[in-house]
Amino acid sequence: MKLYLKIWRQKDASSKGQMVDYTLDGVEGDMSFLEMLDILNEELISKGEEPVEFDHDCREGICGTCSLQINGEPHGPDRLITTCQLHMRKFNDGDTIVIEPFRAKAFPVIKDLIVDRNAFERIQQAGGYISVNTSGNTVDANAIPINKDAADAAMDAATCIGCGACVAACKNASAMLFTSAKVSQFALLPQGQVEAADRVQNMVRQMDLEGFGNCTNTGACEVECPKGISLENIARMNREYLSATVKG
Amino acid sequence: MSGLIKSSIARKVVMALSGLFLVIFLVLHVTINLASVISPDFFNEASHFMGYNVLVQYLMQPILVIGVIVHFVMGFVLEIQNKNARGISYVKYKGSANAPWVSRNMIYSGLVILAFLGLHFYDFWIHEMTYKYIEVNPENPARYYAETVEKFAPFWRTIIYVISFVLLSLHLWHGFSSSLQSMGVNNKYTPALKTFTKLFAVVVPLAFAFIALYHHLNPITH
Repeated sequence: MKLYLKIWRQKDASSKGQMVDYTLDGVEGDMSFLEMLDILNEELISKGEEPVEFDHDCREGICGTCSLQINGEPHGPDRLITTCQLHMRKFNDGDTIVIEPFRAKAFPVIKDLIVDRNAFERIQQAGGYISVNTSGNTVDANAIPINKDAADAAMDAATCIGCGACVAACKNASAMLFTSAKVSQFALLPQGQVEAADRVQNMVRQMDLEGFGNCTNTGACEVECPKGISLENIARMNREYLSATVKG
Repeated sequence: MSGLIKSSIARKVVMALSGLFLVIFLVLHVTINLASVISPDFFNEASHFMGYNVLVQYLMQPILVIGVIVHFVMGFVLEIQNKNARGISYVKYKGSANAPWVSRNMIYSGLVILAFLGLHFYDFWIHEMTYKYIEVNPENPARYYAETVEKFAPFWRTIIYVISFVLLSLHLWHGFSSSLQSMGVNNKYTPALKTFTKLFAVVVPLAFAFIALYHHLNPITH
């Protein structure tokens, strides 16, 4: 099929970017979206032009590296998949596809479609861990009885791959879904409860410092999340935060 | 105020609590207003009580005004911060694909309600203050029903009120359930609570609109 692509091109972080039009022929339905971009880049390189830079790594929906706002939605029109899992059969011959980087002040563009998502790393570093004694007398995690529902909910929260689609989809560029998933995955488990109060306060503080917007509960993040992280996590984080603040 | 708006979650809680307070006020307001349709005498009695009771006038009324101001000021603060958080806008942003229109446009429904409150204050509160404190008229417990019905005589005012109630419904449709989520309420009762909030969002504004239309269509003829 023949596609008309409108792609954000930006030389570097300090340059002003713009949308550039490309026409790409010979795209097959079985190609992934990133393979389609690979073909475009091969064409550009063969013509001596600068290829389009985009993030990718595992290409199987695990690592959370690929991003891209495709026709106005993070990871494109499909649900519960990342951009690398999106197939070109979702598009029709003659379609125009608008491809942009994830937009948020906290995710500055590095080049073309690549954004700096280190803000997520800093939120994680602010409290997204548990302090475990690893000096030789480590207790086996399975030795601690954990309620099945809590274990399942913690596992669901832990499936967040930190891709940033929640921020990209949210009209407020809020990072509440990501942060709440990282808070929840520990808050639900006994090992995480020791540092629960400090964790939620520190992670929320860092999230605010990074300049993400405020959550207004539109639910866009939950719909667009490739891992189906639930809004229940945001409610849990709100409870955890309120409880930690009230108790001081 | 500056302390309250430091944390994004605190901001959400302030929005939620002020919103829930206004929801409770709406219940009281619509109940008294319905009396104007069912029992003009009771409406007069209740209105007179509200207008002259010391606790209502000097405690509840200021709290209500503060609640309204906090809600809309915080709404503006959030809107400005959220717009800034995006930075460069998308060339194509398909908000309709993942969130309902009402949830994405609370600022606009809120602005219409705020503008309506201006008219509503002019119609009733300014009138009341003038009656009591500027013209220094004597207490008249029988005046409220006739004054209210008279307000809805002009078609333009009735229509503005009805349109505002439609926007109030849209605002409540998202805002009521959203405030519960902001307060951390999301559990097995949430589907039932959401149904209740949606029903509330329809029934209460519908009752307000019905009252306005009823008085427009049933003027007092002497």
